[in-house]
Amino acid sequence: MRLGSGAFAACCVAIEVVGVAIFIRGFFPAPVRSSARPEHGVETPAPEPVAGASSNWTKLPSPLFSKVVIVLIDALRDDFVFGSKGVKYMPYTTYLVEKGASHSFVAEAKPPTVTMPRIKALMTGSIPGFVDVIRNLNSPVLLEDNVIRQAKAAGKRMIFYGDETWLKLFPKHFVEYDGTTSFFVSDYIEVDNNVTRHLDKVLKRGDWDVLILHYLGLDHIGHISGPNSPLIGHKLSEMDSILMKIHTSLLSKERETLLPSLLVLCGDHGMSETGSHGASSTEEVSTPLILISSAFERKPGDIRHPKHVQQTDLAATLAIGLGLPIPKDSVGSLLFPVIEGKPMREQLRFLHLNTLQLSKLLQENVPSYEKDPGFEQFKMAERLHGNWVKLHLEENHSDVLLGLGTKVLRQYLGALKTLSLSLSTQVAHYDIYSMAVGTVVVLEVLTLFLLSTPHVLCRKDELDVPLLSPVSSLLFYLLFLVLSAVHVLVCTSSESSCYLCSLPWLAAGGVMVLVAALLCAILSALIRMVVDSTLLKKSASHPSSGWSEVDLLLLLGTVGHVLSLGASSFVEEEHQTWYFLVNTLCLALSQETCRSYFLGDDCEPQHRFHVEQECVDILACTRKDSTSYSTPEPDRKGKGVSLSETKGSSKWWAVLASPWLVLICCRLLRSLNQTGVQGAHRPDFSHWLTSSDHKAQLSGLAALSLVVIFMLVQKGCSLVSKAALALGLLGVFCYRAATGIVLFPWQPDNKSISKGIIEARFVYVFVLGILFTGTKGLLKAQVIATDFKTRTIGLWEIHSGLVLLAALLLRPHNLPVLAFSLLIQTIMTEFIWKHLRHDAAKITVMHYWFGQAFFYFQGNSNNIATIDISAGFVGLDTYMEIPATFLTVFGTYVGPVLWASHLVHFLSSETNNGSALSRACFCYALIGSVPVAAYIVLVTSLRYHLFIWSVFSPKLLYEGMHLLITAALCAVFTATNQTRHTRA
Amino acid sequence: MKDTDIKRLLYTNLLCIFSIVLSIFIPTIFLDNFSILETHLTWLCICSAFVTAVNLVLYLVVKPNVSSRRSSLSHKVTRALKCCIYFLLSCFFLHIIFVLYGAPLIELVLETFLFAVILSTFTTVPCLCLLGPNLKAWLRVFSRNGVTSIWENSLQITTISSFIGAWLGAFPIPLDWERPWQVWPISCTLGATFGYVAGLVSSPLWIYWNRKQLTYKSS
Ligand SMILES: [Zn+2]
Ligand SMILES: [Zn+2]
Repeated sequence: MRLGSGAFAACCVAIEVVGVAIFIRGFFPAPVRSSARPEHGVETPAPEPVAGASSNWTKLPSPLFSKVVIVLIDALRDDFVFGSKGVKYMPYTTYLVEKGASHSFVAEAKPPTVTMPRIKALMTGSIPGFVDVIRNLNSPVLLEDNVIRQAKAAGKRMIFYGDETWLKLFPKHFVEYDGTTSFFVSDYIEVDNNVTRHLDKVLKRGDWDVLILHYLGLDHIGHISGPNSPLIGHKLSEMDSILMKIHTSLLSKERETLLPSLLVLCGDHGMSETGSHGASSTEEVSTPLILISSAFERKPGDIRHPKHVQQTDLAATLAIGLGLPIPKDSVGSLLFPVIEGKPMREQLRFLHLNTLQLSKLLQENVPSYEKDPGFEQFKMAERLHGNWVKLHLEENHSDVLLGLGTKVLRQYLGALKTLSLSLSTQVAHYDIYSMAVGTVVVLEVLTLFLLSTPHVLCRKDELDVPLLSPVSSLLFYLLFLVLSAVHVLVCTSSESSCYLCSLPWLAAGGVMVLVAALLCAILSALIRMVVDSTLLKKSASHPSSGWSEVDLLLLLGTVGHVLSLGASSFVEEEHQTWYFLVNTLCLALSQETCRSYFLGDDCEPQHRFHVEQECVDILACTRKDSTSYSTPEPDRKGKGVSLSETKGSSKWWAVLASPWLVLICCRLLRSLNQTGVQGAHRPDFSHWLTSSDHKAQLSGLAALSLVVIFMLVQKGCSLVSKAALALGLLGVFCYRAATGIVLFPWQPDNKSISKGIIEARFVYVFVLGILFTGTKGLLKAQVIATDFKTRTIGLWEIHSGLVLLAALLLRPHNLPVLAFSLLIQTIMTEFIWKHLRHDAAKITVMHYWFGQAFFYFQGNSNNIATIDISAGFVGLDTYMEIPATFLTVFGTYVGPVLWASHLVHFLSSETNNGSALSRACFCYALIGSVPVAAYIVLVTSLRYHLFIWSVFSPKLLYEGMHLLITAALCAVFTATNQTRHTRA
Repeated sequence: MKDTDIKRLLYTNLLCIFSIVLSIFIPTIFLDNFSILETHLTWLCICSAFVTAVNLVLYLVVKPNVSSRRSSLSHKVTRALKCCIYFLLSCFFLHIIFVLYGAPLIELVLETFLFAVILSTFTTVPCLCLLGPNLKAWLRVFSRNGVTSIWENSLQITTISSFIGAWLGAFPIPLDWERPWQVWPISCTLGATFGYVAGLVSSPLWIYWNRKQLTYKSS
């Protein structure tokens, strides 16, 4: 079977996506889980250990608190309460912390410091896997055992107000609730008023057991203006007064009941110095945790340095406090100060329950649990505890009892600490088998790519894929059998669960077929290469023209970038790599233009032949493309032509100046968004623009950018699309004005802020319209086989439709990025690529580099926290998973997508021959898949690196996503090319 | 081309390296607490002065391209002035390139400029010495197959290796090793220096090994 190199590349990338998906599934470890499912009904609680006779205390201990109020303030950092800000803005809380009946801690959140995994950690006590970050957007129901579920089972009445994530995690758990959405980050007043307005009524009623309040305002302020904004102070004061209200009301109610109540103030995660969260800096993981209850003793001296505990400790404490079984997956240890005031027997009982639960979890997750020091300590403590109970039951109230009790207590606390620690570290457990299979698939695809590269680039753009030759099919069956045997062997022998083994047999078999088929393909490619090379030697030894500087740079830059991914700093600061490479590329291009212009050393006398036929430019291109790879000389001549042509005209200076213009554009863009880790805190132009004082400047810049975008895009469009584009861009501005980010000059300031749904949908209509017109043009060009201009216009219209969508999704301060991107595309097309006549492969690599640089110019980084989720809610009034995901992904990958669409248009407009596009597709697929393949190997070898979670794992997700997009783009490339093939 | 020419080239290049070594050690005698890293700017100035001086002296002594043209005093003066202007222009040009590469625009101007100065000392000064303020000749030397003597060949190699050294020197800046030499622009200046030295060492050797293939057009 013959396959175009474009289609071949698209297939390969698609297979690579499968490989990467398997790898990622194996790489992100399954969290520590108890095998006992909560559906199996209520288990009998463990009785008190006793030596000899049985204990008379087998039921669960009764609750310590009658009512529990949890006030969760999103993104509450520890220094907002315990630091100077707390003293200034939260006087009541400070009073409670220093002199009141309270216990305060600094609770350490585990990364990812994103809301949903943190809520899960607080309520289940377990450490959610990294994969939960991806699921943060569509919050599935929490299936693990948790405090809320236990409380519901115990018949507690719970009320919830706040972030609706809770309602998705715990549907039908609350008797009364009101969820607020956290998607309109610009609103920080309504979200909190929506919670507080219920408070008076609920506190008065008192017919509930648990009240949970989740305030989002602080987090939104952080996202808008950072932790040093004056708005933070106001918000903290507001929270302080709410806390005071709840506390006084609880105290007044307490007199009616026998048991005291508990008020918990906590944060889900902190806030970095830029106001975001998601990573693992100290500011992001440190949250305050304050337990307030009249059951605690008042402490006189002020405690300015609260103890550090884990966020997961709260679940166990709450369970004990409410008289519930501790969640099975909890790895936390009970906060001992809470039960310190109880009689010794109760204290020991609580500790025993907690330690028993942890040791059970350890038994289920660690094969060699008996050797764990925590487990040994637990066994020891349990034995001593039995003795103590025996003495206690014998009514022995001597000092011996007290002494023994303290000893048991200490033993339990030690065991708790050790067990909790060893369970927390258990999370890093990789599914090596799936990872290996994924890696094999990816590497096979890469090998196949590399083996066919010389063939595609130097000979023809079609590849023979031997499907049914008897030798290869025999080999295939053999390989398949061997692999299946290995699969069965691995799955039956390993005791740990792995993803591939849990797949149905058909799917696992499919993966094996893939691996075997790829191996066969590689072998045939190898054979073909050997044949090719012998043929090449026989036929002619045309002198290989030396590498030009640009060639060398493109190759070394790609290799260097791939190698740099092994260092965590280079991953964090990847934007620097791309800026550096793009700058160097511009300088190399500048050198090339200078040399060609001043020296013309590449000119050959033959070039006149081309000059005379200047009218058939397209023809020349066709000729160039069909021959340039086998014989590079004509290409070089072409280079000389164009420049000597321009030498006479006034355009020559534009050619010389254009690399420098591009350089200046890149420098301006670089100072727009500071990204990465080292630079993220530095002041940049976008912060200046987004601060509320500079709204007018932002509006001006956004309007200017939109005008520039229109000017640059309209030239290639048909009249209808031009009008649609103009209206669409106007709609973009209206949308931003409606959401209150930019100003209309003629509009009063006090206009109410809306979500801008109508405006955004208005723009969507035009986007779809333009895309539709473009596609229609493409199809028409295919069917009617008119001139090739229709086709070019169609492609340009698709490009401009994407530009319009990008303009809608990008934040206003990022609109200049879009404008500059179009500007650079225009400059490069007009003055560089058309004149220097680079071949398709080089142009593809340059487009790829610019696409990568623009990914970072836009403010993205390899950190999850910089993803702009708000793009997913443009024009939607409720959260809809599929459109929101699509829009967010498009909004994030605007740079690469737009440059790729420009590449398609450019290559189709320059040459009327499909092979250039086909080769470009191959190159794009190759250059996109090399970093992923290398990164997978790197990340496997670095899996015990200190920064594996904070740096390398997010990058792996980004790489996986990027590969998916590359696959989609290659499919589009091939589809576009196919239309031409059928026509020709 | 005789072996004596190559030997002369080797000696002059060794002298240039020696001048860099001197610029590291001589100031320690006169200045207290002088070190390359801590008083980097001072070292940059001294190094650039030393290298310039040695290049000038060598040019006057060795006279690699014997120009038999008239050389009146006024001609010499204008030539020297032109050289100075070219040198300054190249400093500014390099400064602009560094800013385009992402060097801070307002802060650390002096550091960036001194980096530009030292890099043009390694590249522009030898060019000026050898070729004079003659842009055509520069372009010729730096184009393919344009060199006409071993001196120009050596010039080509050292200049390119200085640039590559400075380019590679930027790589460690993002790394989180927290070393004093990672501060802008120290790693780049050191990279440029190493590149220059490497070029000086390797160019005579390269020419020696390729002396059979090298055929210079008689100028
Ligand atoms: Zn949060
Ligand atoms: Zn947030």
